[in-house]
Amino acid sequence: MSTHTAHSDATTAPGPSGVERVTHATGRSWRHLALLAAGLVLALALPRIIYPPVAMDIAAWALFAVALDLLLGFGGLLSFGHAAFWGGSAYVTGLVAINYGLPFPLAVLVGAVAAMLLALPIGYLSVRSTGIYFAMVTLAFAQMIYFIANQWNDVTGGENGLQSVPTNFFGIEAVETDSFWFYYAALPMIILGMWIAWRVVHSPFGRVLVATRDNAPRARALGYNVEGYRITVFVISAGLAGLAGGLFAISHGFVSLQEVIWNTSGKVVLITVLGGIGTLWGGILGAIVIVVLEDQLASSGFEGIGIITGTVFVVVVLLFRRGIWGTVADFLARRKGREVEGDDVGIADEEHQP
Amino acid sequence: MNSVLQYTIQGLATGSFYAIAALGLAIIFGVLGVVNFAHGACYMLGAVVAAVLLDVIGLNFWAALIVVPILLFIFGVILERGLVRWLLQLDPLYNFLLTFGLSLFLVDLIKRQYGVSGLPYTIPDVLTGQIIMGSLRLPTYHVFVFVASLLVCLAVWMLMTRTRLGMIVRAATERSELTRALGIDVGRWVTPVFGFGIALAGLAGVLAAPMRAITADMGSSFIIILFAVVVIGGLGSIVGAVVAGFLVGLVEAFGQAYAPTFSQVAIFVLMALVILFKPNGLFGREESA
Repeated sequence: MSTHTAHSDATTAPGPSGVERVTHATGRSWRHLALLAAGLVLALALPRIIYPPVAMDIAAWALFAVALDLLLGFGGLLSFGHAAFWGGSAYVTGLVAINYGLPFPLAVLVGAVAAMLLALPIGYLSVRSTGIYFAMVTLAFAQMIYFIANQWNDVTGGENGLQSVPTNFFGIEAVETDSFWFYYAALPMIILGMWIAWRVVHSPFGRVLVATRDNAPRARALGYNVEGYRITVFVISAGLAGLAGGLFAISHGFVSLQEVIWNTSGKVVLITVLGGIGTLWGGILGAIVIVVLEDQLASSGFEGIGIITGTVFVVVVLLFRRGIWGTVADFLARRKGREVEGDDVGIADEEHQP
Repeated sequence: MNSVLQYTIQGLATGSFYAIAALGLAIIFGVLGVVNFAHGACYMLGAVVAAVLLDVIGLNFWAALIVVPILLFIFGVILERGLVRWLLQLDPLYNFLLTFGLSLFLVDLIKRQYGVSGLPYTIPDVLTGQIIMGSLRLPTYHVFVFVASLLVCLAVWMLMTRTRLGMIVRAATERSELTRALGIDVGRWVTPVFGFGIALAGLAGVLAAPMRAITADMGSSFIIILFAVVVIGGLGSIVGAVVAGFLVGLVEAFGQAYAPTFSQVAIFVLMALVILFKPNGLFGREESA
């Protein structure tokens, strides 16, 4: 259960504004508005609650997770190589900022577009497979990007990465030097990215996407170009991941191989699963938990963060497959006596014959 | 000409690790439907356990070749009983995620325990030096690894074709539902097969120990290349895993010799080409899962 309420037969061709009209039970939309307001207040207050650079990390990872969930939760495709787009954009953003001194929102947009261009060939090849194959193939392609970033010293700086990426913001010094104000300058882009994800899910395109996830042969039989939809959502998701990665690069002032290595792909999957697959907004909660956890562990000098995050991963997959958001939504739905719908879970909990 | 032969031997030696480990991955996938992300970590464990046992109780290389896979078999059985089993009825992506988390856990655990610098490993004198044939000089260990892995692959092949267990595993790998429909209790073999697959990853690790830096991270890039191997070979195919393993080893060795900058990328270019023309891999059947 989530923001995604389009629940009528997804195989009927949706009209131009089909989704907006469907099944908003009374009292439901104000509940969404309240949630939205709470989210906005949290987003605005975040750098007051915690160290602003950490707040920025949370915002970037949250958008990254929302981008991944768009693909995983609604397209049913688990990309295990999204670091290619987050990191690819981080490199392009960094290079543009260093070489042309553009204001950072423009540099980030260039990075996001570059991520989408990168996603076209990768998506074209990857959507030929689904499920576990798709995960492996995207992972392998991302590793190819990693090797290129590692070897292409002249451009990417190889092991050293890109140092001293500047923050330009129309000469407004507070934003350029103070991470507190930078957060507020970057936040609109994060929100824009999330709005795009929401818009995609709640559009006729999103309805068809869910149909291709639930029953690809049927969607195909109805005349939908399933691969086309999958490539499109892959590219959109990559663009949003790129937006997040570019902002991350600007906020840190450097880009390293860390951004393109597969652990980063895994981390965003962890955040998405922890938040709740197919809930879109769960990723925000997942990002808060994981980023704060890693920050606490790192600042306490604990080595081997993977011991903790790995355990979290195992426990979540074994016991809380619906994630934080999904579990809470289930609980609330049960209390209200509403029927629990499994509709939004990208990976079906159904019987599987290996 | 000699250098070509040397690169070939080197490629086949590297390919040996991929072939043996990919074989384990393929068998586990076949019978359990699980793509084991922790396979790279188990390969790393094989090498680390061999090095630690050498250091602590002086277990030599020959003994390690037997003892370490047995230990990893036990480890695999515990994993299957304790974790993997509970998700077998769900979408295979869940076990992929579970084993990913496990891999993070194992790598950082070893890193914390033994640091990030490489552990030393020595091999018997017999295996050091070079084999000299005329003007040819081949590193003895490379030749040994290649021959040993051929023997292992052959042994597994015999196990697959000559025994009832092998018959079941092959049938389950290639036609899972049909096998079940015939009333064969595939479930009984799930735990030992998982353990066996993990043991193969461990064996690859022991064989790699003298040639590679033994660190907690040694499995990290290994697992990704292993995925490329099984995608190239075809995920459901046992023969494909072995052939693609050696093929990727050769691509890597020749890449390093002639275009060192792009040797790793070449593997993924090869994978992209295979997907483009044969989406199910060189030896793959139609997609399932």
